[in-house]
Formats: sequence, structure tokens, C-alpha cells
Amino acid sequence: MKGYLRSDGRKGVRNVILVTYLVECAHHVARAIVNESSRDDVQLIGFPGCYPNDYSLKIMEGLCTHPNVAGVLILSLGCEGFNREKLANTVEASGRPIETLVIQNSGGTKKTIEAGVKKISELLVSAEAVEMVPMDMSELVVGTICGGSDGTSGIGANPAVGHCFDQLIKKNAICIFEETGELIGCEQIMAERAITPELGEEIMKSVEKAEQYYTQMGYGSFAPGNAEGGLTTQEEKSMGAYAKSGSSKIHGLIKPGDIPSQGGLYLMDVVPDGSPMYGFPNIVDSAEIVEMIASGSHLILFTTGRGSVVGSAISPVIKVCANPETYENLSDDMDINAGKVINGEATVQQVGDEIYELVVKVAQGQQSKSEALGHQEFVLTYKKFEAIGPSCLPTAR
Amino acid sequence: MINKHFVLLNDTDNVFVCCKQLLIDESTNLEGVDVIMTTDIVVGHKIARKNVLKGEKIIKYGVSIGSATQDIVFGEHIHMHNMKSDYIASHTRQSRSGEE
Repeated sequence: MKGYLRSDGRKGVRNVILVTYLVECAHHVARAIVNESSRDDVQLIGFPGCYPNDYSLKIMEGLCTHPNVAGVLILSLGCEGFNREKLANTVEASGRPIETLVIQNSGGTKKTIEAGVKKISELLVSAEAVEMVPMDMSELVVGTICGGSDGTSGIGANPAVGHCFDQLIKKNAICIFEETGELIGCEQIMAERAITPELGEEIMKSVEKAEQYYTQMGYGSFAPGNAEGGLTTQEEKSMGAYAKSGSSKIHGLIKPGDIPSQGGLYLMDVVPDGSPMYGFPNIVDSAEIVEMIASGSHLILFTTGRGSVVGSAISPVIKVCANPETYENLSDDMDINAGKVINGEATVQQVGDEIYELVVKVAQGQQSKSEALGHQEFVLTYKKFEAIGPSCLPTAR
Repeated sequence: MINKHFVLLNDTDNVFVCCKQLLIDESTNLEGVDVIMTTDIVVGHKIARKNVLKGEKIIKYGVSIGSATQDIVFGEHIHMHNMKSDYIASHTRQSRSGEE
């Protein structure tokens, strides 16, 4: 396997130029620049709000210095609250080329688009010069999420991803699973898998926090489609979702944008700290995908039962479909048919091995279905977090 | 799989999960006992493996996934109309509490 070597020593499996707008007011100009390029590897991300927010700055820094990213063009209106200088400095310090265009100082829409198109062609030249070097499986970071879950998800797709995770962790890769709100009911068995009792306590606390948060919001992390697909309760959905984590020990509890430094399995606590402030923890699956990418995920394993079609900017998304009927209906969007498990045509282990093989292929450059279809969804909103505690990333393994 | 329509995920479960849909009035054999469906059961949904009393835990994957809100008979569909979460209420597009 080969990866794109970045100046900071990290290695990527894609070579993307990001155009990022820092307020909705700069969105149109940023999108026009991306559209003008007509290239899959020039991608649009952005933040809508005008008020500053530490979380969104941290996530944006994680994304713009992601190993899959070769260079960045920042689009600012000029008066928004986002700290564009800090973002630019962080990207520059990572050794990546960075350009900033401020629309208010650049002559408005037309002239900024023209200037942006020129900057993109320069960034592409430097991206093409990036060296590809051997990359080991231990340097890979893989995240997993479930979306559009149903009664089949926990039987086929999720345990198969868990099996794939176990294989990746044997190779010392970093694997991330998440959404503590979708692990309500699993906190005890999950805590028992922590490498230290203190980490176990932190895991328990994170799930209790999630339960309190969602209760105050008035809705659990449970969509009407989950019920139509046969899931009845939050804890039933959780038990299915939990299977994605496999059977390895849990090495740490991270928050969005924290980047694990050693191989192993990590739980991401995506529920904000403090009393509910900016709304639902994650308004949609894409927000969780973005957080796992900000924590370094080179690719994402997305399990579904009802069927989802989303992909992502920056990192490829691989779809694992648990429901054989959904697979038949949406096969153009699905990379792996885990419906074979519930049909009795394959074992969880066989499908898990199939996922592992596809992870290697996609890491080597093969496009996932959503990637080939041009899916580059992106969502980033306001949140508030405190830093993780000392027990969350034990140094002893 | 106990037959082509249902799977048992754990020996201690009191539910089966549908893996191939079965329509109302169709019959199936569950661990040696014939039972006629009283409603359509589609893929991913659960039916009772035994009679369950109101308040009893519903066991799937070998763990509790909630409690029965009424008595449930062998072979009956188990969903929001007869069970609930022990943690946080579910919701549908029509109702926050998830009542059908």
C-alpha cells in the first residue's frame, strides 16, 4: 500500500484540495470556484455561522490538516467571527499550501471567483508534486457509523464491521466508533472492555451524559425509519450499533477532533458537554462522519439497513448494507452486501473479511460507490466540549 | 435461522427476528409449533418466541431491549404497541412517544 506523504509526516490515501468557506455569506463564491474546477479532488466544505466557536475551529483545523488533504483555499466574506488567521496558521504550520481570499477585499463575487480559480490551479500543481511512499496498515485510521438502521443492521452489517475492526486492530490500525447516544443501554458491557477501570468509568459517564442530553432534547437518537424497519427501542438500536465495535479492548475515549496517536479501538464521545446549548448533538449522519474525519479517519465504514446514499468530502465512505431487500433496491449505492448473513448465504466473518479486503482496495485508490457517484456531503454546526480527562487516553497498553 | 422466515439471535432471547417477510394469515413453524400470523411481519421486525407478561423484559441478543407494556402471546408481533424502552422514549413521524 502507498500513501501521499505530507510535510508533517502523516500519510493520506487521497490527495484532495479543499475550498472552505467560513460563513454562509461566502458559500456561493466557494461553490462556484469548486464547480469551475470540475474535478472530484477539488472539494467544498464550510461552516455556516457568523459567531465564533472553539469546536468548529478545532474541527476545521483537523479537516484542513487531514492526511488526505494536499492544500486549502479559505473563502471568507471578511466580517464573520470565524478565526481565519488561526486556521490559516495551523494549515501553514502543517506544511500544506494555504491561500485565503476575503471577498470584501477582493472586489466581490466575480473577481473573487476568478482569483479562486487561479489559486486552485496553483494548489493542484503543488498537489501533483506530493510524493507517494509505502504506507503500512498500522498507519490507517478507519471510522464507522450506522445510518438508516433497521432490525437487520445488528445482525449482518454491524457485526461484520466489528469483525473487520478486529482484523484492522490486529494490524495495529486505529479504529473509531461513535455516537454515545446510540450506545445507551450498552454502557456496562462497553466499560468492561476498557483497558483500565478509570477509562471504563469515563465511558460510563459519557453514556450517562448522552442519556441526559437526549432526554432533555425530548428525542432519542432514533428516527422514524428505525421503527418502520423493526427497531422498537433506543437500547435495541444501541445493541445493534454496538456490534460495530467488534471484540477488541477499548483503548481510549476521544472527543471530535482529538487524534489518537497509537493503534487500537477508540470510542468517540460526540455529545456536547454541559447543558444542551446549540441543539441536537448531531443533526444528521454526515455531522458524525465529519467528526470522525477530523479525528483522522482515512475512510469510513457506513452500515445501513433502510439504505443511505451519503458519502463525504475528504475521505471515502464505504456502504455496508444489512438488509437484503434494501441491497437489491439500492445496489448501485452499496459496496458490500451484508444481507447475505440474514439470508444464510454467508457468515458474519466472511462478510467482515470482504469488508477488510475492500478497505485495503479503497485505501489503495479504488473508488467507493458513493465516491464514484460524486457524493461529498458535509455538515458542521455549533457545539461545545471540554477537553478529555487524563484517564481517557491511558498510556499503558 | 430457525426457518426461512425467522432467526433466533441468542438462546436466551424471547423474540425471533424476521429475515423474510410473512403476511397475515400465513403460517410458519416456530421450533416445532405451527403459528398463524395475526399481522404482516416484514424483514427486521420481531415476534414473540413465548408468551410474555406485561412488565417482563424483552430479550434480544441475549440482553434486555425494553419491557412489555401488555401481555404478549407466542408468535405475536412485538413493536411499539406492546413494548417500550427502559431508557428513553422512541418516536415516529406521527408521535413522540411512538404509540402506533
